[in-house]
Amino acid sequence: MAEPQSSRTTSGGDGRLRNALGGVLCAFSLLLIGVLAFSIRLFSVIKYESVIHEFDPYFNYRVTQFLSKNGIYEFWNWFDDRTWYPLGRVIGGTVYPGLTLTAGTIWWLLNSLNIPLSVETVCVFTAPIFSANASWATYLLTKEAKGPGAGLMAATILAMVPSYISRSVAGSYDNEAVAIFALIFTFYLYVKTLNTGSLFYATLNALSYFYMVCSWGGYTFIINLIPMHVLLCIVTGRYSSRLYIAYAPLIVLGTLLAALVPVVGFNAVMTSEHFASFLVFLILHVVALVYYIKGLLTPRLFKVAMTFVVTVGLALCFAVAAILIALVASSPTKGWSGRSLSLLDPTYASKYIPIIASVSEHQPPTWPSYFMDINVLAFLVPAGIISCFLPLSDASSFLVLYLVTSVYFSGVMVRLMLVLAPAVCILSGIALSEAFGVLTRSMKFQRPTSDDGSSTAGDGSPNIPANSKAVSKEKPSKKNRNKEKDSEGSSSVDTRTEEKLLVLPCGPSAVGIMLLIILSGFYVVHCVWAAAEAYSAPSIVLTSRSHDGLHVFDDFREAYGWLRHNTGADDKVASWWDYGYQTTAMANRTVIVDNNTWNNTHIATIGTAMASPEKAAWDILNSLDVKYVLVVFGGLIGYSSDDINKFLWMVRIGGGVFPHIKESDYLRDGNYRVDAHGTPTMLNSLMYKLCYYRFVETDGKGFDRVRRYEIGKKHFKLTHFEEVFTTHHWMVRIYKLKPQKNRVRGKLRLKSSSKTSSMRKTSGKKSPWH
Amino acid sequence: MPRATSDAKLLIQSLTKAYAATPTNLKIIDLYVICAVATALMQVAYMGLVGSFPFNSFLSGVLSCIGTAVLAVCLRIQVNKDNKEFKDLPPERAFADFILCNLVLHLVMMNFLG
Repeated sequence: MAEPQSSRTTSGGDGRLRNALGGVLCAFSLLLIGVLAFSIRLFSVIKYESVIHEFDPYFNYRVTQFLSKNGIYEFWNWFDDRTWYPLGRVIGGTVYPGLTLTAGTIWWLLNSLNIPLSVETVCVFTAPIFSANASWATYLLTKEAKGPGAGLMAATILAMVPSYISRSVAGSYDNEAVAIFALIFTFYLYVKTLNTGSLFYATLNALSYFYMVCSWGGYTFIINLIPMHVLLCIVTGRYSSRLYIAYAPLIVLGTLLAALVPVVGFNAVMTSEHFASFLVFLILHVVALVYYIKGLLTPRLFKVAMTFVVTVGLALCFAVAAILIALVASSPTKGWSGRSLSLLDPTYASKYIPIIASVSEHQPPTWPSYFMDINVLAFLVPAGIISCFLPLSDASSFLVLYLVTSVYFSGVMVRLMLVLAPAVCILSGIALSEAFGVLTRSMKFQRPTSDDGSSTAGDGSPNIPANSKAVSKEKPSKKNRNKEKDSEGSSSVDTRTEEKLLVLPCGPSAVGIMLLIILSGFYVVHCVWAAAEAYSAPSIVLTSRSHDGLHVFDDFREAYGWLRHNTGADDKVASWWDYGYQTTAMANRTVIVDNNTWNNTHIATIGTAMASPEKAAWDILNSLDVKYVLVVFGGLIGYSSDDINKFLWMVRIGGGVFPHIKESDYLRDGNYRVDAHGTPTMLNSLMYKLCYYRFVETDGKGFDRVRRYEIGKKHFKLTHFEEVFTTHHWMVRIYKLKPQKNRVRGKLRLKSSSKTSSMRKTSGKKSPWH
Repeated sequence: MPRATSDAKLLIQSLTKAYAATPTNLKIIDLYVICAVATALMQVAYMGLVGSFPFNSFLSGVLSCIGTAVLAVCLRIQVNKDNKEFKDLPPERAFADFILCNLVLHLVMMNFLG
């Protein structure tokens, strides 16, 4: 605690020591944030086991296994014939390779260091590792915009936000695990280039954008947001040469890099998702030229030049725009892909593409899901927006734009709440950091021993930015959960030169700080609860608690294990597309359709087969060389995501391609029922029969625990299928197609049925097929 | 419209006079940019003649020309002594960044050339 006079000589040393201590504290906090982000995602590993969750991660896991076994050249050229039989799938050209390459690299690196982790372990833990990286990237991004204090706050909040946890728990081995890190890191490099104007960071930005393109189809968000921001800067008069350096190399290099990824290919220059970037590229060049010429000419001549250029330029612009519009309008979807169109027009998918509409994560979110997923941050965000405007810089305008666009998209599709999460965390971090700054500053300068502590609530709002900068520069590590009350001589020298401080009375400030800490406490409790209870379920294993303890339902793996051991290696399995990835990964059998859903007609064929009566279904399935059919049935234990509940989607999708399947045939008075009032078409369909075959033997009455009534048709036999396996809780049922009969009785009319046996040898050959 | 033509002449004269005053190194960079853009335009004209069959080759050729032109413009911005924002940046560092970015661009371009 130095005296004001003697501190002047040692203030330099003190300042350096304080800076060093601040740096160490900052680094230590970041380390702890990383550990927090990693460990909060481990609930599912502790509660269940280290297993891959859901459906899509199984495909990624299978691809990673292939990569680790066969190397990258085989992976790049892999044609998969175990799925979408008989079409196959070109994996190298249709998968976003970022995630699998990342996990494969980590596995290879660890194995070459003689740490023998299996591929599954690496896959399960990739997501928590990259969420720690994402928190650090958030720190960097917010530090560029508002300073290290806000950065640390935002990083802590992102480490815990439930919306990000839901897609990145240990075991959720999906694209978003890596893509969110790539997104934030790309934004950080863009803002850093914008702030410094360094071409080096522009190069890094392009490379990070390449990593994002490799990882996720959501890269189109970046390539549309950044041009929007550039346009915003130009329109609000904030054009500078740093903007040119930040944007132009990114577009050229980024387009080339995006075209390198096979999945994107030439779409990088031909689809409407990228046109905005090219348009803004041209506009930026025009603006840059205008500014350059303005610098060369006198104002009068500049006006002359402007009138000349404007007339000619506008004419040219209209010509080019007319050509472009004619080109684009000639394609039926105006050059946009189906998924992008369904984002821009939320009703598009339900009208034209039932498959996209049927995925539950493509539905719009409900209001409660906002509070579940971002909790307290929902009302810290407006404070963050206001704080971004005081003062407005390029970086903070970017953050506000990012937030506004991601709020719109999250309102369209619940899966995109994930893109909203970083924006919300950053802005809430800024808001909380500013709030803490004001309150702790109030407390500090209200101390009775300080000279200028008596200045009470002045209006000094124009002084706030200057003061906050002065104070925050002195204290690099201003993440204040504990109030810093040491008086430094240098600080009182600075503040004496300032006119007014916005200082609140001491009591309310203390109460305010306590309330903010309690608010954060609520947030932390909610996040941990959400991570532990809501988002840690691996859908492959179900548990339920009842009066006689914990029941574990491992039926899925039981069924896939049975398939793996009891069927031939080349047997084809038909099921609804949800289970395709799991079947190929765990049962190692060829499937007809899987979660990639790229071929609507193929899926509609399976849907029609499930909705048709037995004979017609057998014909369809036989034409696809199917040997086994797999259905998921939850009626015995009350598992509600079973195939009977999904059946109407099968009907809709099948009916979209085969008009003889009509949804109204399966509904009684507009209601979907499988009890005694169900329509005959419904009760005769293959799905009904396969699900409820022998169901009445379980309790004598056939009471379906999901639908909560007794089923309609209870006693029936299967003529074209035979049951080969039903799991312990009847959740998965596997049937085999019966081979065609050698002879069919009663099919052919004989002249005289009495003289059959003696006449058979001489009465001519019957058709060998019957 | 004599007023317009005399205005246009005056405009062009003052433009050429102001431009002649720029330092030589900037003029060299400008020449490089113009050459690169001209090469890109020639490639587009050639594509118009013979069709765009190996589209990846066309794309990588055109984008490499445009890319190096853009990077040269960035270099010019950073090296220009009239630019207040970059007066702390040594021109050697600007040139090194330019080389690095070009290296990455051409590496990617060679990969995509096919």
